[in-house]
Amino acid sequence: MFVEFLWVLLLGSLLGLELIGKVPPTLHTPLMSGANAISGITVLAALTAIIKAGENTVLLLLGSVSLGFALFNVIGGFLVTDRMLAMFSRKPARKETR
Amino acid sequence: MTDLLQYAIELVAVLLLALGIKGLSKVRSARGANQLAAVAMGLAVLGLLINYLGTSGISIAAWTWIIAGTLVGGVLGAITAQRVPMTSMPETVALFNGCGGMSSLLVALAAALYPAALDAAGPVAVVSIVVSVFVGAITFTGSIVAMAKLQGWLSTPAWMQSKARHAVNIALAVASLVGAVEMLRNADSSTGLWLLVVASGLLGIGVTLPIGGADMPVVISLLNSYSGVAAAAAGFVVGSQLLIVAGAMVGAAGLILTQVMCNGMNRSLVSVLFGGALGATTAAGGGGGEYTNITSCSVEECALTLEAAERVVIVPGYGLAVAQAQHTLREVTRVLESVGIDVAYAIHPVAGRMPGHMNVLLAEADVPYEQLQEMDQINPEFPATDVVLVLGANDVVNPQAKNDPNSPLYGMPVLDVQDARTVFVVKRGMSAGYSGIKNDLFELANTSMLFGDAKKVLGDLLVELKDLGLGKK
Repeated sequence: MFVEFLWVLLLGSLLGLELIGKVPPTLHTPLMSGANAISGITVLAALTAIIKAGENTVLLLLGSVSLGFALFNVIGGFLVTDRMLAMFSRKPARKETR
Repeated sequence: MTDLLQYAIELVAVLLLALGIKGLSKVRSARGANQLAAVAMGLAVLGLLINYLGTSGISIAAWTWIIAGTLVGGVLGAITAQRVPMTSMPETVALFNGCGGMSSLLVALAAALYPAALDAAGPVAVVSIVVSVFVGAITFTGSIVAMAKLQGWLSTPAWMQSKARHAVNIALAVASLVGAVEMLRNADSSTGLWLLVVASGLLGIGVTLPIGGADMPVVISLLNSYSGVAAAAAGFVVGSQLLIVAGAMVGAAGLILTQVMCNGMNRSLVSVLFGGALGATTAAGGGGGEYTNITSCSVEECALTLEAAERVVIVPGYGLAVAQAQHTLREVTRVLESVGIDVAYAIHPVAGRMPGHMNVLLAEADVPYEQLQEMDQINPEFPATDVVLVLGANDVVNPQAKNDPNSPLYGMPVLDVQDARTVFVVKRGMSAGYSGIKNDLFELANTSMLFGDAKKVLGDLLVELKDLGLGKK
């Protein structure tokens, strides 16, 4: 199980290195913000903690607060990235229609 | 059956996340890619919920806490995302990032305190918890410090600039290590855990606090990479492959992005992290001194020169954004374009507070994307340019970076604005740029200084240009 996880870690890292090859500087800020939103995927860990907590109130509370932080990151991150990117797509979109 | 379904959903989610990150690196696909990643995240959550519903079930109490956390975090996140001004984007990313780190930290904390409930016993689980707590805590406190510094709420205390900080940080790192070893040695005691939490939290502050404002974006990018690592470690803790993949992807991508940003600023990551503020370490390194030969001019002269030009290049810097002058600038360029003057914007890779930040700010002011030209593209065109208007930029137009091997800026890629026929520099005063280094450009014969707040100068310029009869149909 553990070795399997290490493989997943390795392949995931290689994928990440490969995906960001050439990024135009224009997109550095949105890319950072978007990648940041994805790192909020710890929602999954927080949800797992809550679901497995049973009657343990401390665990429920820790999980819930963790979920709140993660979702703040996810929702806020995706929305703010979209807000930035919406400004880029406005003009070129008009150009393309001509 | 349900785990098969969950596997399928997880696989799709990973694929979409990868496509999302990939798409984010191209202008055309970026917006869709971001939405794709958001969908992937939703799918991942759905897959997890379906799996637990089909196996152990989810209790009412669990649902209550899930909904509570979702509402608070989601609503606050949405409000923050809508409200923040575009100029404070770096701070916002730092804040979000810190919260992601906090989330990993809390999950690892939960697993450490109640290993039985989360099946987190044994050395592998403990090591995962240690990594998740350590990186999560550094990400959280580091990001919050970065945000506070960018907002100007916090400045670097003097002792933090001295060498003493290295000793303090090493002590904190050792304390973290001691805590980690204690956790491995004695699984029942929580002393090691709390030592680790406190020491790594303080370490995050100690490492981030001495870093100068100009380097902050690099730090945020690095912390972003850390939050991916923290998420991957949390994935080991709760046994979620999806979490590991996504965390690893963000961690690796963040690292590359950090490297790209360092290259743009001609800084090595090591010197950003350990060198302290650029000005503090290099003040004696030459290139300083007083200005002796400055030509300043009036807005009227500038307007006359602009009117006679055929090609004008604008060099925007963070000063422009701070003055919120990008909209006025757009008005000025509209007037120039209306009489057939060719206008372009030269964007240095690190213009603004963060690479790409300036592009966002100009896009907000409706500047056509095609007019934004990158440094390598526009540098050969400066000799054929009549007028360059430098607005709130300083170090990125300093010719020292090319000519003076003793200058701390030497080697940094800069915009060759001095090759243009006339250069106007709009600046509030003769203060130095971020780096605290004298700018030789200001003393050149073809450079004129226009002193004043960027917004006011541009407003006056607009009036002058209209008085000259430009922009009237």
